[in-house]
Amino acid sequence: MMEKIEKLRGNLREDSLPHFFCSGCGAGQVMNFFLQAADEIDLDFDNLVAIGGVGCTARIPVYLKCDALHGIHGRVFPWATGIKLKNPDLNVVVFAGDGGVGAIGGNHFIQAARRNLDVTVVVVNNLNFAMTGGQVSPTTPSDMNTTTTPFGNEEEKFDLKKLHEAAGGTFYSRWNTSRSQKSIKAIKEALEHDGFSVVEIIAQCPTHFGRYALGTGKPVEGIKWIEDQSLTIEEAESMDEEEVKDQFIVGDFYQKERPVFDGSTVFEEEE
Amino acid sequence: MDKIEDRYMAGRHFMLGNYAVVEGALAAGCDFFAGYPITPANEITERMSERLPKVGGKFLQSEDELCSIYAVTGASLCGAKAMTATASAGFNYMQEGLGYATSVEAPCVIVDVQRCRGENYATQSDVMQMRWGPSGDYQGVVLAPSSVQELFDYTVEAFNIAEKYRVPTIVMSETTIALMREDLTIPEPGEIKIEERKKPEVPPEDFLPFSPDEKGVPPMPEFGEGYNTLYSLNPHDEEGNINWDPDVFENMYEREMGKIKDNIDDITQVEEYYTEDAEVILVAYGSECRPALDTVLKTREEGEKVGLLKIDTVWPVPEKELREAADQASTIFSVEMNIGKYSREVERVCAPHCEVKRITKNRGAIHTSGEIYSSIKEVI
Repeated sequence: MMEKIEKLRGNLREDSLPHFFCSGCGAGQVMNFFLQAADEIDLDFDNLVAIGGVGCTARIPVYLKCDALHGIHGRVFPWATGIKLKNPDLNVVVFAGDGGVGAIGGNHFIQAARRNLDVTVVVVNNLNFAMTGGQVSPTTPSDMNTTTTPFGNEEEKFDLKKLHEAAGGTFYSRWNTSRSQKSIKAIKEALEHDGFSVVEIIAQCPTHFGRYALGTGKPVEGIKWIEDQSLTIEEAESMDEEEVKDQFIVGDFYQKERPVFDGSTVFEEEE
Repeated sequence: MDKIEDRYMAGRHFMLGNYAVVEGALAAGCDFFAGYPITPANEITERMSERLPKVGGKFLQSEDELCSIYAVTGASLCGAKAMTATASAGFNYMQEGLGYATSVEAPCVIVDVQRCRGENYATQSDVMQMRWGPSGDYQGVVLAPSSVQELFDYTVEAFNIAEKYRVPTIVMSETTIALMREDLTIPEPGEIKIEERKKPEVPPEDFLPFSPDEKGVPPMPEFGEGYNTLYSLNPHDEEGNINWDPDVFENMYEREMGKIKDNIDDITQVEEYYTEDAEVILVAYGSECRPALDTVLKTREEGEKVGLLKIDTVWPVPEKELREAADQASTIFSVEMNIGKYSREVERVCAPHCEVKRITKNRGAIHTSGEIYSSIKEVI
């Protein structure tokens, strides 16, 4: 066990630790899931580029011992596009939250899916803008209280999977932090997939979503609440749309094959 | 003449200004371009889409200008010589990405073909935005060509400065020259001076990503070479780690700005026409140098001692040359095509030492030499 921990720690920037995630935050768990998934497939960190924008999840790349970009909200997919076009041999992983993917980076996400850009996206969906203090996000469930919806959220929540699928993305899994082994397996398969692969992990945010929306800052209560709202694809199949509307449907949704993006126009020499 | 499949189209051409930018980029070694449709910069993007894939580069039509500048930055960090082109409204969107590229010191070239308020009228109204666009502190480099030949030459130079100093470099184009066809000579490949970015000479374990060389510029590895570099917008120390120490913050900004300021003689260029004995000196940049020079020639014919200081590098301001002009002339005229923006810089440097007057025009059209002539006639 210690040996494995040491090995996984070897892929972290030791001098950046301890990380800045709150106690009980799901982003720390997801970083752990990623390290385990990467270890299982012997991912070469010298050939990895990790990308984070701004936000809690976006901080994950700062701790990974690999080439990394950080610090601009929502532009993670354009960065990834330039990197993959210039050097398709690099493995590129984007770490983004529900704000980065569903709000400010939304169009970039759509276009990357449409192009089937060959990158893996790990979305930590904690249902609110956590770093800035718990404001409503595009994935906050209806009626929930946040620091900018004191009278309840009047907006409909975004289903990022439907968005990805409609735009042409080729791999999608959604799990939650209480299903660690499923999450790790999904990340592993996403890393091995050729194309725009997304693993969305519904994650607890005890500090903000927990306190404001759920009325409890206890991490375990947040994890339990998410788990109670979660249904597998199979469980959801037998239920009607109205019944599953407010649930998190978890599972490995699809894995499709389609040529990956290599530029908007590619010249091929005639034989 | 070389074929369009070749990187260098050496020889003499009658070429559109926007096309000359593309040829300059390719001659400089550009291998990545991203652009979003916008008039009057479209000919750059269209020609790139045909030219670049044929010479082994990658072309991206982005979903917006933000994507353009970030894709360019990402490619640059992978070792690409990368460029984007836009026009004023699109340049607005790029400020955020320009700020990031500046703070992680990613070499890249941005072409802004200036236009007015959504229309393609001639203007130089982005001259201040090019210096002060992004939030935060930084010192960029902006080159102002005045002809199709200079669009080629300065695009090459922009890549050279970008690579040498790890700084995003802007080519300040204008509707006037971008959409004009003119004589262009493209030199043979060996005749063009090309700078390549300096790479680390130490192994990854000894490498400090933001530790400068003697010029203040850190050597730069490519992604995937094992140097495991973090490029964060946030204040970072020499190791690249995010660091909130006030000394780190101050040192970071001082070095990033210092690498430009301390090498200003290598970076900035001006050209002087008939200034050696001039009592009246016109200061102009970009396409406004054309009617300004015509005016100088006309007044010289009349025996007046009038000269032109042509500012090729508008940012950083060539203060030394402006000061010399101010010490020599009795009157300096600052000529530009906007409400009078760069004139403030000319006044800042020159006004304590001579009289400075403005000749500005903000009517969507370049000055005629007659207009400039009339303005200076009041003095001479």
